[in-house]
Formats: sequence, C-alpha cells, structure tokens
Amino acid sequence: MAIEVRIPTILRSHTGGAKVVEGAGDTLGDLLTDLDSRHAGLKARLVTEAGALHRFVNVYVNDEDVRFLGALDAKLNDGDSVTILPAVAGGAFGFAAAAAIASHAVSRRAADAR
Amino acid sequence: MLSIDRSIVDAIVAHARRDHPDEACGVVAGPAGSDTPTRHIPMDNAARSMTFYEFDSMEQLRVWREMDDRDEEPVVIYHSHTATEAYPSRTDVSFAGEPGAHYLLVSTRESDTEEIRSFRIVDGVVTEEPVRIVDAAVDPHAVQSYMFGQSPATVDYECSGR
Repeated sequence: MAIEVRIPTILRSHTGGAKVVEGAGDTLGDLLTDLDSRHAGLKARLVTEAGALHRFVNVYVNDEDVRFLGALDAKLNDGDSVTILPAVAGGAFGFAAAAAIASHAVSRRAADAR
Repeated sequence: MLSIDRSIVDAIVAHARRDHPDEACGVVAGPAGSDTPTRHIPMDNAARSMTFYEFDSMEQLRVWREMDDRDEEPVVIYHSHTATEAYPSRTDVSFAGEPGAHYLLVSTRESDTEEIRSFRIVDGVVTEEPVRIVDAAVDPHAVQSYMFGQSPATVDYECSGR
C-alpha cells in the first residue's frame, strides 16, 4: 500500500532532494517509521524525543491538519496523500511563552473542531 | 540582497499598520528559482497576539498548494514586531523553516516611520542582507539601496507617499 508524502525544501536533504516520496503505514507514526528506514533522519526532524509531533512542522492527511486527527495516531489508508510543511510562526516573545500560547491555540482550535 | 518592488513593500507596511498593535504576517510568492517576489499574500495571524504570530495551518496549506500549482515558492516571509526592533527573535530563528526565503521584518513601534530589514535564516544562523527597493512603476532602472547592518536601533526607512 502506498501513501504519497510531500516533503518540504528544508527536509529534502533526507530524501536525496526528492519532493515527493512514497511510504506505507496504518498510522502517521508507522508511516514516519517506514520512511525513516529509507530516508534516515527524517523522523527525528518531525517527532520529538518525547514522541510527539514537533511544533515546527505542520503535517496534513489529505486536507486535514493531523493535530485534529490524533497527530501520530492519525489513521491512514492506501491512496492517502500526506503533506509536510514547515510551520510558519515566530514573533517578539520569548520561546517558552510563545510555545505555551501556541499549544493553547491548537487545543482551543481542536476543541472548536469537535 | 533582497530586491523587492516598492508597491509590495508599501502593501506589507500597510498590512502591518492595519494590524498594529498585533503582529501581522504574510508571504510574497514569486516564480520558483527567480528570487523575485511578485505576489503579495497577507496571512491571518492565528495567534492574534502583540508578541507572537502563527500562520493558520489550513490557510497555509491552501496558499502553499496554490504556489505549487503556479510553480511559485515563498520568496519572502514577513511579519511585524510592534514594540521592538525589526530583528529576528529567538522564536523567529527556532521556527524559520524556509531556507530559501528572505525573512522580512517590519517594526511598527514608531508611528511615523517604519524599520524594514531582511534576513536569511539557515540552520539557526541569522544573516542580515541589504534591501533594494525597486521603483518599477516609475523606472525599472531607478533603484535605491538600503543597508541596515550593525546599525543603531533607530535607523529608519521612511516610506514615501504616506
């Protein structure tokens, strides 16, 4: 089973420059493990040591942000398309406070989506 | 060096002024590989904050797909600082994920002048670059260069026509 994955410029050093790669997995976590077996180091750029999806990337399954689909537990089906984009964020604030606000915003939006 | 049309800079500054005191953010797309910003796309600041900005993830997906379809890339990614200088914060550097983009910062802390500076941010390293404002509407060869390197925080760029 094949899932098409679109890779952003900043991560193409792990895919030999390829913009689109294919992988397999029942969940996003499985897919990233599968990809990492051929594209070493890719998973570490997307998943924190604590095993959560990194704040610095947005991952979408088809047209949905995976943060609203269970993040790494998001279910995948054959023919799905996964898109990875660098999250665009920043600002004058210190990082810790900004991250706290951002995670609050994400959980608020997730609550809105339910 | 970032070369950018004056009309686009004016539109970015107007966006930053409009959203002040919240931070404003957006993209200027251009043909892939051209390093030329041509299409200004103001984005929502999903954080609606005076000290933080964040693209809405769904709006970003739409805009990034549209750029892909048009064979464009994000040539400029901009945001405003509304109470501090136009220099990348540690947060900005942590998040900078487009190594090919010019990171343009606009400070709107002064009400009558704007400070506009451009940076490359690659692997956590910030490098300031000159901004060349091009007056395409007047004369494509008439250009002015601005360099805001190692400057005191009060060096300002005065936008014309305001």
